[in-house]
Amino acid sequence: MSSHATAATGKEGHGAGVLDFPGARFSFVNELHVVPESTPTPIPCYRVLDELGQLIPGAKYTQVSEELAVAMYRKMAVLQSMDLVFYDAQRQGRFSFYMTTAGEEAINIASGAALSDLDTIFAQYREPGVLLWRGFSMLQFAHQCFATSGDLGKGRQMPVHYGSKEHRFHTISSPLATQIPHAVGAAYHVKMSPEDACVVTYFGEGAASEGDFHGAINFAATLEVPVIFVCRNNGWAISTPAREQYRGDGIAGRGQAYGVRSLRVDGNDTLAMYSAMKAAREMAVTEERPILLEAMTYRTGHHSTSDDSSRYRGAAEIQHWKLQRDPVARFRRWLQGQGWWDDAREEELRKSARAEVIAALDTAEATDKAPLRDLFTDVYDAAPPNLVEQERQVRAHVAKHRADYPDNVPLD
Amino acid sequence: MQRGTAALLRCARFLGELQPRRISSLETARCFSGAAMQAQPSAPEGYDGTAELKRMNLFTAVNDALHIALDTDPNSYIFGEDVSFGGVFRCTTGLAERFGRHRVFNTPLCEQGIIGFGIGLAAMGSRAIAEIQFADYIFPAFDQIVNEAAKCRYRSGNQFDCGGLTIRTPYGAVGHGGHYHSQSPEAFFTHVPGLKVVVPRSPSKAKGLLLASIRDRNPTVFFEPKGLYRMAVEEVPIGDYETELGRAEVLREGSDVTVVGWGAQMLVLERACDAVEKEGVSCELIDLQTLLPWDVDTVAASVSKTGRLVISHEAPITSGFGAEIAAKIAERSFLKLEAPVARVCGLDTPFPLVFEPFYLPTESKVADAIMHTVSF
Repeated sequence: MSSHATAATGKEGHGAGVLDFPGARFSFVNELHVVPESTPTPIPCYRVLDELGQLIPGAKYTQVSEELAVAMYRKMAVLQSMDLVFYDAQRQGRFSFYMTTAGEEAINIASGAALSDLDTIFAQYREPGVLLWRGFSMLQFAHQCFATSGDLGKGRQMPVHYGSKEHRFHTISSPLATQIPHAVGAAYHVKMSPEDACVVTYFGEGAASEGDFHGAINFAATLEVPVIFVCRNNGWAISTPAREQYRGDGIAGRGQAYGVRSLRVDGNDTLAMYSAMKAAREMAVTEERPILLEAMTYRTGHHSTSDDSSRYRGAAEIQHWKLQRDPVARFRRWLQGQGWWDDAREEELRKSARAEVIAALDTAEATDKAPLRDLFTDVYDAAPPNLVEQERQVRAHVAKHRADYPDNVPLD
Repeated sequence: MQRGTAALLRCARFLGELQPRRISSLETARCFSGAAMQAQPSAPEGYDGTAELKRMNLFTAVNDALHIALDTDPNSYIFGEDVSFGGVFRCTTGLAERFGRHRVFNTPLCEQGIIGFGIGLAAMGSRAIAEIQFADYIFPAFDQIVNEAAKCRYRSGNQFDCGGLTIRTPYGAVGHGGHYHSQSPEAFFTHVPGLKVVVPRSPSKAKGLLLASIRDRNPTVFFEPKGLYRMAVEEVPIGDYETELGRAEVLREGSDVTVVGWGAQMLVLERACDAVEKEGVSCELIDLQTLLPWDVDTVAASVSKTGRLVISHEAPITSGFGAEIAAKIAERSFLKLEAPVARVCGLDTPFPLVFEPFYLPTESKVADAIMHTVSF
């Protein structure tokens, strides 16, 4: 980039010309030119299936095999079963907290399916389907929610804060958007390594208001890293509707301002989501550049088990999305239209999924909580003297007052 | 934030400060005799007495450590605002030219982005050496440091960690920095399990402690005393060595009072100790070096011997790290104490420009506190 010379072309008339600024070259005009706050036409939303699960004539999409399509559908159904049973278990007081992915199953599974296992994930908390797709077991989900000795996170975080090194899925933290710059740093590592991979980060449209989003996407643009920003725009950040969250053309509309390519996709259309993610990955990996993907969807469940969304949104709106726009039912209709699925298989799948989830919950519930030693390990790579001393104090105290402390936490 | 004019100003000021003759008279009057600080008497750990020595100031020692860090680990990176051309304090001079602009690079002006980026880079196994241009500007990154870097290993059950992350940031008074180019925010970070907090006092310590911090498997915040970047000059061993983290150093042994500090304040404490020794007071002077986790044993052993403790830091006294030391020593050495623990610290005001000499824990304030403590 040239940052020194002025080059008046004179083509624009008196007082006009072109000037090289650091980083850009602009033409001059001699009348005040105010750019409107929005473009006449918002970025269009890519879809392949209509709401009845019919292929839209002329739609361009990545072909999926019967095997892959059925596998995606199965995982979407399992995710639904997991949400239903885990949610009920939480309401029964079996564990403390839960968040469902209801309405966003297509984003979860189809985006996960479009990636390579070599790709690294930095997620928010409404993307357990990506982990499910990668083979994280139902029992592992259950162990995490029950904070057992089988929890890879060693019982230290609230439910739904999953993570698995084996599945290249970095552990969830509660603060919103903090994972987005991590993904950019990780993508820099990938860029500098010979691995043919990218990094994907997920977040909601509410999280995209955090400074971390803006910092991260600007870093990704300037440092030119292979990262895919996936925004699940589900319309609601707890009780705050999207129209109170931002102005302008949604989240995708921000891409160009940062010098990042962007696309908008119907997040409830499994085929569109898969195709978009596949294309985004191809661009990120082959060109080592970021891309922003805004998936339009709707959170049909409450924000969490601590939320009652009927207090801030109408039942009709939720029902409309549940009945008319459910991503799982829509994809099933397409599968059945292909002759790849039928009612008998559906019944069998729902039955086996429910049984698997219930069995996992029962097993996890009967497992000891993470042992007391896990309170003190992993703060550092090795315990410093203050932690050694505190562990000794806690153990001596608990030995004296055992009845005052939970008996389901083993003291080893 | 302070962007725009103020940002330009701060660069201009500190670039100006890089000219040795522009050290303010205020600062010179405050604690330096005008001559460069001389070498500390003790040899750095890992130094066997045979290695070649080279005279360096503190920023050159930092620069030397960074060269060694990048040279010894091809998977290490340096990034931050303005680091590519050498940094506003010249600490990263020559690194981009030597190791390439993919390993030493500028980032956009966004502290939370810098640390968030560094966490992700480190979580993948790289060594991430981030620079926050002034410790006064670290706060936009506070969430990333406290909620993310510090908890990364713990929350994942040791599946992931960002131990390769080191955050370098210049701190402290310089004589003309005012509110936003002077602060010592170390205590905020000592309250965060999972972090290490390190502050060197001299060029040889800066090199050894920085190399140890970079190679430590835990995220580390490394505060560099910017007032000493040019001022402190000593013989520094050439080559690769590390100074152990978590260990204090006894700089001089004494029998009447233990005096504890860290970073640039060590110079003030040295002079105060010299002054009271003329009055016949024998001081045991300790440089904490690492504030988290800190070396309780060394301080407690010293206080058990002297029966008296004076702690000094530039940061405001209330909830400063001195409070932690005082509480811990009261707990460990209560029956040995012959006087209340004294703290000589910054005042509980924002860091003030023209009032800086009044605000700071000066040599005479420290000397008075020592005399008061030994005569209690």
